[in-house]
Amino acid sequence: MSADMALSPRRSSSRGNIGRTLGRIFIYGILILFALYYLMPLFVMIVTSLKSMAEIRGGNLIALPQSPTFEPWRVAWMEACVGVECPGIRGFYANTFFMVVPAVAISTILGAINGFALTKFAFRGHRLIFGLIMFGCFTPYQAILIPMATVLGKLGLSGHLWGLVLIHVVYGLPFTTLYFRNYYVSIPQDLVKAARVDGAGFFRTFWYIMLPISGPIAIVSVIWQFTNIWNDFLFGASFTYGANAPIMVALNNIVNTSTGERPYNVQMAAAILAALPTLVVYILAGRYFVRGLVAGSVKG
Amino acid sequence: MTENLVDGRALDRPGGAARRTSRWPRWLADAVSPLMLTPTLLILSVFVYGFVLWSIVISFTSSKLIPKYDFVGLEQYIALWSMDRWYVAIGNLAIFSILFIGLSVSLGLILAIFLDQKIRGENAIRSIYLYPMAISFIVTGTAWKWILNPGLGIEKLVRGWGWTDFSFDWLVNPSMAIYTLVIAAVWQSSGFAMAIFLAGLRGVDGEVVKAAKIDGAGTWLTYRAIVIPMLRPVFLTVFVVLTYQAVRSFDLVISLTGAGPGFASDLPATFMYQMAFSRNRMSLSAASAVMIFMTVAAIMVPYIYSELRREVKNER
Repeated sequence: MSADMALSPRRSSSRGNIGRTLGRIFIYGILILFALYYLMPLFVMIVTSLKSMAEIRGGNLIALPQSPTFEPWRVAWMEACVGVECPGIRGFYANTFFMVVPAVAISTILGAINGFALTKFAFRGHRLIFGLIMFGCFTPYQAILIPMATVLGKLGLSGHLWGLVLIHVVYGLPFTTLYFRNYYVSIPQDLVKAARVDGAGFFRTFWYIMLPISGPIAIVSVIWQFTNIWNDFLFGASFTYGANAPIMVALNNIVNTSTGERPYNVQMAAAILAALPTLVVYILAGRYFVRGLVAGSVKG
Repeated sequence: MTENLVDGRALDRPGGAARRTSRWPRWLADAVSPLMLTPTLLILSVFVYGFVLWSIVISFTSSKLIPKYDFVGLEQYIALWSMDRWYVAIGNLAIFSILFIGLSVSLGLILAIFLDQKIRGENAIRSIYLYPMAISFIVTGTAWKWILNPGLGIEKLVRGWGWTDFSFDWLVNPSMAIYTLVIAAVWQSSGFAMAIFLAGLRGVDGEVVKAAKIDGAGTWLTYRAIVIPMLRPVFLTVFVVLTYQAVRSFDLVISLTGAGPGFASDLPATFMYQMAFSRNRMSLSAASAVMIFMTVAAIMVPYIYSELRREVKNER
């Protein structure tokens, strides 16, 4: 539709042209202003992370570093303090990767099978089932936190990263199912019918027909799950402690450890490091990230 | 997509492999779909529906540190609704939701419309608007906590520019702390609203717009009178998702204000967490969780129902 909405109708008078140009300048001005607004916090974080504490106290928020130093980054990675211990964030980084990989893989594979079962081999009541699964996307986690704490304790998974893997698979499933289901719904049913006539059953149809064309939605699902699990704080804070914590819990602890002067430069370096994996994914595959966002809320 | 299927890899592979007759009896082949869904359904009926019910049960007991099942009726709900702190939390939620949703929707819509004017570099600008969505609320909170730092942040910056009596202490000011959450949350989520609105704008029928143009309607009139009313379902989606996000806001509060000063910027989600994990008032916490759940369910159930209804209608 943008093609039809190019500002005002074409006019030949010079007054119209000036108005048009001014309009364009205004639009670009606003768009650029907001681009700066969104970029500002990232910019502040980066410049702060490259300054010494003396320079931070002497200068201001947006001043460029006079003598840039990577020392805060080194400290954040190797020595940042969480409470009384100072292990840096590297161990928590490894924790989070260890947790993310199985959780993303399992939830995506199950989501693909579910999506297929809900569409191409549909059965009576499939929509009700889908509705029940979809509500799982919007469960407020507060309502499951206390039972989950009890169950994890009983399973002996309390405080353990495997407990978090379980949690992220379970609460990721509604999303991955939603993605694959809405993707498969748009694929012509004839394709599956043809395979069925040829005698292919559920798994062969899934494996040979659906999987080869599932690439884009699989990327969407993986990126969504990766971003959400990496960025999780609530479950990590509720069910892990000490050295087992995932990265966001560690970051929050580093920032709120108040012994002596607060090392804002180290905090900013740690925050950038914590945000880096999801930012890199966003930069490399932003298209799929946006698709996930849109598909997760607007169906079809 | 379809072309891809016709001449792509998709079809040449099953040719040989799939032609064999299935070894499975017919009834089993028919049952395989529900069977494959069973694990997920079991998992969700335990971890989502079962756990919610369990929380409701606990909210009717007097559990403190571990669950015990002595039913005390509505005692916890009465306690909850007579706590000052709970009223602070829901009052904050009201302020936060209204401002957060209102600002995100207006900002998102304006930016989407501006971006829809054949903008050079649209992709780059859109990516910049949306990158905060890829970042954790904890990182967002950390960044804004530094920017809003009363001693060294914006306050110092503006004073350095010459306004020496400029003061900006919202982060440590009990009556203003809740607004810092709005600032950071809008920064993070308005790009999301923009993306959804833009997708909606791109879906509007170009012919309708063209017709309005021929009738002499200018750009802004076309938007106001024709395009925006057509975006009704998109507004609903944005509104629902942002409301859901507001009601369960937790991470940002913890990292930016720590629900403080005192409990001045408490929200229901942080209230629930505190009661469960630091105050050992499990059943009271469960009662507040049930309140959160009811609020979300009241919004989500009709929404999901209407979405699925629409799908059925479109199929006919």
